Amino acid sequence: MSVLLEARELVKHYGAVHALRGASFSVDAGEVVALIGDNGAGKSTLVRHLSGVEQPESGQILLNGEPITLGSPTDARVQGIETVYQDLAIAPELDPAANLFLGREIRRKGLLGALGMLDNGAMREKAKVEFDRLGVSLQSMSTPIGSLSGGQRQSIAVARAVAWASKVVFMDEPTAALGVVQRERVLDVIKRVRDTGIGVVLISHNMPEVLSVADRVEVLRLGRRVAEFRAADATIEDLVGAMTGALGDGEAA
Amino acid sequence: MVAKLSKITTVWIALVLVLLCVVFSVINPAAFPTAFNLKTLLVEAAVLLVLSVGMTFVIITAGIDLSVGSVLLFASMCSALAMNSMAGGDSTAAGADVAFVGLLVALVAGAAWGVLNGLLITVAKVPPLIVTLGSFGAALGAAQLAGDGTDVDTVPEGMREWLGFGNTLGIPNMVLVALIVTLLGGWLLTTTRFGRYTFAIGSNPEAARRVGISVTRHLIMVYTLVGLLAGLAGYMSLAQFGATTLSGHTTDNLNAIAGVVLGGTSLFGGVGSIAGTVIGVFIPAVLTRGFIITGVQAYWQPIAVGLVLVAAVWFDQSRRRARNNR
Repeated sequence: MSVLLEARELVKHYGAVHALRGASFSVDAGEVVALIGDNGAGKSTLVRHLSGVEQPESGQILLNGEPITLGSPTDARVQGIETVYQDLAIAPELDPAANLFLGREIRRKGLLGALGMLDNGAMREKAKVEFDRLGVSLQSMSTPIGSLSGGQRQSIAVARAVAWASKVVFMDEPTAALGVVQRERVLDVIKRVRDTGIGVVLISHNMPEVLSVADRVEVLRLGRRVAEFRAADATIEDLVGAMTGALGDGEAA
Repeated sequence: MVAKLSKITTVWIALVLVLLCVVFSVINPAAFPTAFNLKTLLVEAAVLLVLSVGMTFVIITAGIDLSVGSVLLFASMCSALAMNSMAGGDSTAAGADVAFVGLLVALVAGAAWGVLNGLLITVAKVPPLIVTLGSFGAALGAAQLAGDGTDVDTVPEGMREWLGFGNTLGIPNMVLVALIVTLLGGWLLTTTRFGRYTFAIGSNPEAARRVGISVTRHLIMVYTLVGLLAGLAGYMSLAQFGATTLSGHTTDNLNAIAGVVLGGTSLFGGVGSIAGTVIGVFIPAVLTRGFIITGVQAYWQPIAVGLVLVAAVWFDQSRRRARNNR
């Protein structure tokens, strides 16, 4: 399988804090990569760079082997890279379809569309197709999503990213606030997304979850990649050992 | 279902309005349910309705505009002065061309103040409450400075006759203008991308920003819209009274906010409707007319409005709490 998105030796300081010290990372098409590490290891910082929110001081980002510059989240989205944020970033007062199409509304055809009128029917239909494809079940398409359960809201946030991502989806702790059943449902969605050929990057603190859903695990410590595992061959002890530095060669220079 | 609760609030408040009309009609069937009374009521509410349509957009973005009444006066002062200077000092006998320029001046003056509010709120990041409180004082001061502290009471007679007192097919033109503004406002809010973004920003500005919506640009447009409508309201007021009314309109801001909130629009943003605002504006108006006609002291009106307002917000709050507890 070919490498889809790759970071090489990214460096970033925040004042005196050396957040990324030559961090590297890669994700292939159609695989789930778990990105793990202790608090402050640089996971979220790395994802912010790969989704265009921040720009590295040095290092390279490559998409399909070509170096690219992600100057803004919009740049990343244009390249087919989407992100599901930890705090979801949904509009609770809007209905599921309006959230799915937020910022990408379908306008009516002709003059009415030129006046800015929206085609809500078309958006609802396409949203329904998208939710069905990912196995997200909603009783009502007209309910503001603030009144849905946490799992359903999470599923909609994931569905929104997936609907627009043609290459890579980043998910920052997508199951952190969920119950057992809802968590299973979101993990199921993640697998379905992978099966469509999209690269999924999962940030998680939950080691059993990481091992159950990921194909590969990359471990960050003190701003650089210190270990890589095939999920099938790794144990929780391996992962924790690499994260804490008790194991492996990842001593900070 | 939780889904339609915002609409349920609107339905409740509509029932209150209907009930008020029925009660006043029963108490004084000869005077309240008459065409004349209805016309008077509609004309009296027209200016406030135009302000409130703009205020609805602002409040849905979780903002507020305290400056609408002062901007109204500023716009009508600019308009009146411009028309007078075009007509050599006294525009009473001036024609439609002068009146038209007066309209443009009022709209531009109002919109300019709206742009200023919007820039201070979004670019300087001063809270809307403070920015528009500042504008509330400053716009009134500017209007008084421009008029040397006195009202301008010469406006084109034709403009007074057509817009101020005129009718089209039996409907007062003041009401017609307010109706058109209301319909356009409702269309903009419910069917267009502009309206969708207004709701989205009020619901979660961070979410809107992350999907690539220019929140700054949109908020400036919303405050410009409310300024533009305040300018139009200033022109309507000029036509209605034949003068700038510097001592009036001081509580227009609060009346507009009360009307919008009564109509089910949430001060926390993300929820609201123009239809609700129409109902919310007419409750105080009906109370005023009703109390005059039934001989109740007019001082009861603000008390009654206050009660209904607090009850409506309490209802909105408890509904939100119920939802968030899920």
